[in-house]
Amino acid sequence: MIWNDEFETLPREALASLQLKRLQHTLERVYARVPFYRQAFDQAGVRPEQIKRLEDLQRLPFTLKQDMRDNYPYGLFAVPLEQIVRLHASSGTTGKPTVVGYTRRDIDNWSELMARSFAAAGVARGDIIHNAYGYGLFTGGLGAHYGAEKLGAAVIPMSGGNTKKQIMIMQDFGSTVITCTPSYSLYLAEAAAEEGLDIRSFALRVGILGAEPWSESIRQEIEQKLNIKAIDIYGLSEILGPGVAIECIEAQNGLHFWEDHFIAEIIDPQSGEVVADGDEGELVITTITKEGIPMIRYRTRDITRLISEPCICGRSHRRLQRMSGRSDDMLIIRGVNVFPSQIESVLMQVEGVEPHYQLVVDREDNLDTLEVQVEVTEDIFSDEVRVLQELSERIRREIKSLLNITCKVRLVEPKTITRSEGKAKRVIDLRKM
Amino acid sequence: MTVQQISVFIENRRGRLAEATQALGMAGINIRALSLAETSDFGILRLIVDRPDQAKQVFAEQGFTVDKTDVVAVQVPDRPMGLAHILQILDEARIAVEYLYAFIERCGENAIIIFRFDDSRQAIASLQDRGVKVLAAEAVYGM
Ligand SMILES: [Zn+2]
Repeated sequence: MIWNDEFETLPREALASLQLKRLQHTLERVYARVPFYRQAFDQAGVRPEQIKRLEDLQRLPFTLKQDMRDNYPYGLFAVPLEQIVRLHASSGTTGKPTVVGYTRRDIDNWSELMARSFAAAGVARGDIIHNAYGYGLFTGGLGAHYGAEKLGAAVIPMSGGNTKKQIMIMQDFGSTVITCTPSYSLYLAEAAAEEGLDIRSFALRVGILGAEPWSESIRQEIEQKLNIKAIDIYGLSEILGPGVAIECIEAQNGLHFWEDHFIAEIIDPQSGEVVADGDEGELVITTITKEGIPMIRYRTRDITRLISEPCICGRSHRRLQRMSGRSDDMLIIRGVNVFPSQIESVLMQVEGVEPHYQLVVDREDNLDTLEVQVEVTEDIFSDEVRVLQELSERIRREIKSLLNITCKVRLVEPKTITRSEGKAKRVIDLRKM
Repeated sequence: MTVQQISVFIENRRGRLAEATQALGMAGINIRALSLAETSDFGILRLIVDRPDQAKQVFAEQGFTVDKTDVVAVQVPDRPMGLAHILQILDEARIAVEYLYAFIERCGENAIIIFRFDDSRQAIASLQDRGVKVLAAEAVYGM
């Protein structure tokens, strides 16, 4: 079902002129209100009124995640704080999170886009949405929650964890829709089987799955094991949260990108140039309706391509191909962003530990696992088992408290960590995507 | 009166322990006493050898992480309660034992136990006060 017929099926030319109008308005606002953008535009020698066509956007500089950190916490806000009604944050490489603020209208738009996304996934009034995305600083839980209420469906605010209870509620309440990460949906299926329950016989119909990369073969496995339609959803807190793009249930082929609220560009991550129509590259997003913290040419680091062919569902908004990777070395472990450099800085904080380490990412029982292998050098070695165990426990605890990642720490002999071309190979990802 | 112990970090993978002891054998170094403390992930091999400094070098050359620590070799009468008596002396003196293991060779009618203390000097003094024999390093290496 199409939630907002007028906007979701807007003819391309009308959509383009709406985008341009909203873009120009956004640029004027950020130029007037956000010193960071004024400076960046001045440096590039471009004034907002010179942006006369959508292509002119390419003349403006990119915004990076680092820019958000440099302006932590409120430096990129385009409204006074008293107009902000919600704050979210996401983890960053240096321990400081990146902060996003929403005005009342931003929350309304977000709810609208999530409601649209639910509808595109075949969800409607009368559905019972089991929302297992985390509630908290992470945008997943509340983003899906508000959208579900806007849609008029019943939402169960489960958040993450406590799998046994999740299964009980899902069965007893007759949940028809599950929102969680793809890996967690498979974990639920297996946990149910361990309880002697067949999740296939539950009322579940649709899974709206995101916050981590997944593949077509994982989709088939999920659909088979849970007896649902598995729908890919995309979003990022810097832009909005969940609800930036979603697959329609009719095609399940590419994610409709809500072009009346965002502008997508695909660039070559090396040169920064916009690639030819339909080519693969890094997704760059500009928000054109956001008030709290508008983003101009934000580099998502996600690799995808734009599909311009009309979709069978009738929506005019172009589709993003399923994300095929990241343009940097970021790992996504159980939906949480992890950079090897974050682990490195934790190790350096633990006295005496030279950062000779390796990260081994795997998937066990359909959940991502992280093993941090640390070389035992003479500086940290002890003839007492207790001392070494305390060391690895301290590293594990620090990683948990600073990065909120559960990992296993394994102490290894020096130089057993594979060096490639003189440089340590930091990450071994054994997950079969 | 302390004895030098060589400790080696050993990853729990097949053959690693054999490689470590083989390296010593090739260098003609004799093992006098040995213990292996294991966890599910790693082990710590502790050795008393006839030539500690050389042993350390051999291990380092083989790429092992190796350390040298001071331990105490105590002569324990080979009769019931022999060890218990010594542990009682240490307990009364409030000296903590980090770990201990037995010597392979015997010394006449006596066993030899290697003790790892936090404070070796104080432990030696307490033991000698109560008439317990603590062996000199040279005696231990040459056994
Ligand atoms: Zn479609």
